[in-house]
Amino acid sequence: MAEPLLQTRDLSMHFGGVKAVRNVNFTLAEGELRCLIGPNGAGKSTFFKMLTGQLQPSLGQVLFRGHDISKAHAHEIARLGIGIKTQVPSVFDGLSVRENIWLAASRIHNRHRVNAVVDEMLERIGLTSAANRLVGQLAHGQRQWVELGIVLSTDPDLILLDEPAAGMTHEEVNKTAELVREINRSKALIVVEHDMQFIRMIAKQVTVFNQGSVLVEDSVENILRNPLVRDVYLGKQAAA
Amino acid sequence: MNARTLNILGLGLVGIVGIAFLILTPRFAELDTVLELTVYMIMAVLSLSLALIWGYGGILCFGQSAFFGLGAYTYAIAMFNIGESTVPFLLAIALPAAFAALLGYFVFYGRISDVYLGVITLTVTLILFNSINSTAGPEFHIGAARLGGFNGIPGIPALNYPGNKAAAVDLEGMFYLSTAALLVTYFGLRLLLASRFGRIIVGIRENERRAELLGYDPRAYKLVTFTIGGALAGFAGCLFANWGNFVSPTIFGLAQSAQIIIWVIVGGRGTLIGPIIGCIGIQWLTTALGANQPSGSDWWTKLLANAPFIFGVILIAFVLLVPKGLVPTFGDFGQWLLRARTRRVAAASLEPKQAEEG
Amino acid sequence: MDFVVLLAIQVLYAVASLALISVGLAIIFGMMRVINLAHGEFLMLGGYAAIVATSNGVNIWIAMLVVAPLVVGLIGIVVEMTIIRFLYGRMVDTMLATWGLSLFLVGLTTAIFGNTTVGISAPLGSFQIGAYRTSGYTLFVIAVAVVLMAGIFAVLRFTRLGLIARGTMQNANMAAALGVNPPRVYAVTFGIGAALSGLAGAVLAPVSGVFPTIGVAYVAKSFITVIGGGAAILSGTVSASVLFGTINQIATFLTTPVFGEVALLAAAIVLIRLLPQGITGRFFRRGL
Repeated sequence: MAEPLLQTRDLSMHFGGVKAVRNVNFTLAEGELRCLIGPNGAGKSTFFKMLTGQLQPSLGQVLFRGHDISKAHAHEIARLGIGIKTQVPSVFDGLSVRENIWLAASRIHNRHRVNAVVDEMLERIGLTSAANRLVGQLAHGQRQWVELGIVLSTDPDLILLDEPAAGMTHEEVNKTAELVREINRSKALIVVEHDMQFIRMIAKQVTVFNQGSVLVEDSVENILRNPLVRDVYLGKQAAA
Repeated sequence: MNARTLNILGLGLVGIVGIAFLILTPRFAELDTVLELTVYMIMAVLSLSLALIWGYGGILCFGQSAFFGLGAYTYAIAMFNIGESTVPFLLAIALPAAFAALLGYFVFYGRISDVYLGVITLTVTLILFNSINSTAGPEFHIGAARLGGFNGIPGIPALNYPGNKAAAVDLEGMFYLSTAALLVTYFGLRLLLASRFGRIIVGIRENERRAELLGYDPRAYKLVTFTIGGALAGFAGCLFANWGNFVSPTIFGLAQSAQIIIWVIVGGRGTLIGPIIGCIGIQWLTTALGANQPSGSDWWTKLLANAPFIFGVILIAFVLLVPKGLVPTFGDFGQWLLRARTRRVAAASLEPKQAEEG
Repeated sequence: MDFVVLLAIQVLYAVASLALISVGLAIIFGMMRVINLAHGEFLMLGGYAAIVATSNGVNIWIAMLVVAPLVVGLIGIVVEMTIIRFLYGRMVDTMLATWGLSLFLVGLTTAIFGNTTVGISAPLGSFQIGAYRTSGYTLFVIAVAVVLMAGIFAVLRFTRLGLIARGTMQNANMAAALGVNPPRVYAVTFGIGAALSGLAGAVLAPVSGVFPTIGVAYVAKSFITVIGGGAAILSGTVSASVLFGTINQIATFLTTPVFGEVALLAAAIVLIRLLPQGITGRFFRRGL
């Protein structure tokens, strides 16, 4: 069997006495697309933060292509090829759309090439006409696209998307699903999402988080039929 | 007219005004005016050092005067020991830069937050002030240079043309040198900020975490920015030591640090021309108020000639009322006017159509 | 032996004066996350208030312990309502505005009182420890610090005001949840912080004299004590004062007062680097 792209071993994160993530063993193959679901507070965002070096795990390891990255800095991990779109769009609000993309692209391209790459990306995310507007003045959906564009511009091998469809219109959701599938032709992805419609559109394999651990991991059809998963979600909805 | 042409026009204007000022002033102004203008130019270089690290790098340094003072003292001490100004000049830039690098490494790699950075830089300034202030005795000397404590170091030899000890720069020469230094610094920083490095430090100011997740190491970029700022402030300090042939510990004082912050706040963070305008404007104001000091004994007339009072009022007023500073606020206003005009034009061209439809 | 006692008193005095000059700032910083750069000037105003009151015939103890805190506390409330209120959540802008306030107050007092040192002579005379003499006022300063700390402890621990304060330190929304009007809490907090600074400034006035720029001498020391101590008002102030006061006094004995101060500042920078959350961010987390 080929070496996995990403592997975690007994990954845990404790905040004081709270165990936000505990003993997660997770494996992702090269080129795979995986969805993570689970109720709020299940530890998905904390899991992402550990994968990208924003948090240092309390215990356990993260292996990326066999390298232990659990103690690496965020920028080092980014350079190894992991990109993340965070839950609340994290972009450069005071800069224009073009400058946002430019900053990302210029990390890997030299100055002769970078402008062409930026133009291409603006086209791809459909923001060419808004290229000179300040990102802070854009609508939420458009900011999401800018962040996607930023992440794609650094050409990572693994892309983490934290709720990419949140706050989008129905049409934008479809467009995002299409883009995710297109990205997946060349890159691996992990997508955190609540929107089951969206998951059905993109996923083959789904991992369910609950209370900081992996509850179950299966194909999307089986997950949707799984009574345990339904309990976790329904229980949460009933409580809410 | 798009942003790019505006930008180039602005640069051209600054260049033309600057060079005209450089050439014409000594021909038409009195010597003491020239002397006064020289110190404005030197302080403007100092204001640019903070404009870079705070306005663009987002690093709030309350102790920019530490590097300024270090530059001045380094030049003075080296000059008394060496006698020829090339090496002292270079040391006066290199030493503050090295000190900034050391302090920056300590702070940025220690992940100390912005607010604490302010307090630490302020503390460092006070340490320097206290230390130098207490070196009045003859036992405190570095080579041939006596530190002089609170009395300062008088009679600092002037810069000379490189390699020729006899050819010292005179007062008019100091004016040319300082003005040229300001122009070179201004255009140099414009180049730096247009470069990849400059755009990345602005990105880090906007969203440090995002920059990190894209693979940039914010610590390294901030360190380099801070070091450049230290070097520039040291350079200004060297010029200042030349201007008055004198340095004293007040150069490290809190009042000096506050002034630099005020120049940048008044002119506007995130611009270069703003802090220059702020610096020159405030200095002119202080001189004007100081010169009109009335002989009367009313305490409120004394207030108007009282620099800390004026600075305090300006600082509070700007933070509360004009937090962006003059230049960005005027910029916003100009844009608003422009947009209002386009709207009017657009509305005018729409009206007949609507009439037809109606 | 006499020397050891004298040294102990000096160290205690250094610790006490640090705690005195810092506690007002600690309250404002701990509860409001406001870095008040005009803190030194509040101390200075306390000194002037005491001196003006005594020269107008007020008893020196009343001037120091009642008039000064009242006057400076009122000034604090005015400052909160005219400046600080508009800048909550903008930490950097608050620092800048209070720096402006600091310069403003220095300018104002220079215009009124002139740029000279005024003093009041320290009451209580001096007493003998073996071969050495030391002033009774030194012991008084230590006693004031101890009483003040005990008082703050009692207020925080046993009163409703203390409960609100502790709640606000843990979570800024807590005050609102307790049904208290947050603007009023902030104004009162700022006033109390200022009043304690005024008290400290007045108590130290006989030792150091008062002049318009004396705040500069205080401000950095009190800041690093507060930041070095961390978020907990009382245990933070006390632990940092003990640490820095001891370092300061021992370095002073070994070299000169100036380098004692330099040693203190340098030690503080190292501490902030090692413990960015302050001493109480790492130890005594459950402290007040």
